[in-house]
Amino acid sequence: MANNKELNDLVSQVRRDIVRMVHKVSSGHPGASLGCTEFFVALYNEIMDLKEGFDMDGSNEDIFFLSNGHISPVFYSVLARKGYFPVDELNTFRLIDSRLQGHPTTHEGLPGIRVASGSLGQGMSVAIGAALAKKLNGDDHLVFSLHGDGELQEGQNWEAIMYAAGNKVDNLISTVDRNRQQIDGGTEDVLPLGDVAEKFRVFGWDVLEVEDGNDLQQVIDGLNEAKRRTGKGKPVCIILNTVMGNGVDFMMHTHAWHGKAPNDEQLENALAQNPETLGDY
Amino acid sequence: MTTYTDQGKQDTRSGYGAGMTELGRTNPNVVALCADLVGSLKIETFIKESPERFFQIGIAEANMMGIAAGLTIGGKIPFASTFANFATGRVYDQIRQSIAYSDKNVKICASHAGITLGEDGATHQILEDIGLMKMLPGMTVINPCDFNQTKAATLAIAEYHGPVYLRFGRPKVANFTPVDQKFEIGKALLLSEGTDVTIIATGHLVWQALIAAETLENQGVSCEVINIHTIKPLDEKAILDSVKKTGCVVTAEEHNYLGGLGESVSRTLATHHPAPQEFVATQDTFGESGTPEQLMDKYGLNNKAIEAAVLKVMKRK
Repeated sequence: MANNKELNDLVSQVRRDIVRMVHKVSSGHPGASLGCTEFFVALYNEIMDLKEGFDMDGSNEDIFFLSNGHISPVFYSVLARKGYFPVDELNTFRLIDSRLQGHPTTHEGLPGIRVASGSLGQGMSVAIGAALAKKLNGDDHLVFSLHGDGELQEGQNWEAIMYAAGNKVDNLISTVDRNRQQIDGGTEDVLPLGDVAEKFRVFGWDVLEVEDGNDLQQVIDGLNEAKRRTGKGKPVCIILNTVMGNGVDFMMHTHAWHGKAPNDEQLENALAQNPETLGDY
Repeated sequence: MTTYTDQGKQDTRSGYGAGMTELGRTNPNVVALCADLVGSLKIETFIKESPERFFQIGIAEANMMGIAAGLTIGGKIPFASTFANFATGRVYDQIRQSIAYSDKNVKICASHAGITLGEDGATHQILEDIGLMKMLPGMTVINPCDFNQTKAATLAIAEYHGPVYLRFGRPKVANFTPVDQKFEIGKALLLSEGTDVTIIATGHLVWQALIAAETLENQGVSCEVINIHTIKPLDEKAILDSVKKTGCVVTAEEHNYLGGLGESVSRTLATHHPAPQEFVATQDTFGESGTPEQLMDKYGLNNKAIEAAVLKVMKRK
């Protein structure tokens, strides 16, 4: 188990990875990647019970699904730094012949990825299926999933939310990244999501909120609390209140950096705010 | 020509149900999903005998496809079933991303395919599903012709690793293939040898092709009849071997001529051995309400349509 100094160092390094990856190819999605950095670092290094190596079935370990696949930079960085594949491979993000496709995919065989995502709204259904398989197999490990808040505008989520509660899929922890931003603007301006926690609650989920999803300790505490609530007949939802672009001041509190890469000068500025701790790739 | 005997009319969906019953007893990794159409899909026995391996999804086909994809992670072999329309067009992107692109071992099992769903009309009929599914990289597309073949196909796809679209139907039709015939994915069946024309048929049209061939035989036209149950991967060798001998071909399917078996055969011929071809298929149209027989007649999907197509294509040789 890592201490918070080590985890904070990792957070800083992952942020550097994110902005360097998208800068190099002048494309990709830094905003919500930065906003979810603490979540990914905590999940993979503090929360999930993981085996050595990777196999598709993920038997006898916790498994994770990223539904909002566009935040692949943070996913790739955390997977690489966890040892799923060489950190140097981050250099190939979005390039031809790379395993690090623009959106995550199993197609190129990248360890750590169990389903393609990018076309939004599909991840919770897949996570439910994997959770049901664990129950059938007598595997008491957990399934985690992450969803963008804007993504909840896709109707399939609500089919899945209804199913998971109605069928007591209580080995599932689905987190909603509530950064209140989407491509065209604020979520409440584009298509109001309203009280997301209450919506999950009335569908029958056990819901908890992390007030500051960019406070590492709060994220860890929230995820641990969610784990404690599993196995009690209800799927568990975490509303993770984050700031899009967190850790790079000029990217914060705006949808402008949802899918935009920094230029050279902006990259330097971003890197200056996030010290190199574990070595750049 | 070789003659076949109808062992008694049955619906192909019941062949699926019988296959699922057997898989429930023999393969513990097989799980079944359904979107509120258990009775129509004939899987009551599977559910009764293996309730823990059945997932009632409700009227939520998109969620069903995603859950099926997830169940493969952990080694399950999900058979996700509903009407063909809701199993394909409604959930194309879910199949594309979560199943096909992700190479998940999901079996999409679709009943009430084609126009013979009948009285419910065009909202529930689909004549585009073969095209939709065969365009997906890595997807296997199977359209068996009778009860026995549908049951055999259901058993066979459980043994094959990869996404499969299995298409079958509602009406009771002739059951004529041998009860113990092994189903080989991607392997065409030569039903009757002939020299003047090749009739390549799939699904419900195979029996119609045999009736047409018998009538034509009596008129002095020697027909070779091939049952293509697997549209993708297509048995190109069987097609080419036959057409090299006969010099012309009629394809027959309960599907739009755009995107169906006929087009796959055309591509094969155009690439390797160009030959005249006629298409017995719907002509880029939606269906409508009616009995299966009325619809097959009105939309030119029966033995008479095949006979006319044979006489036409023979003149083009």
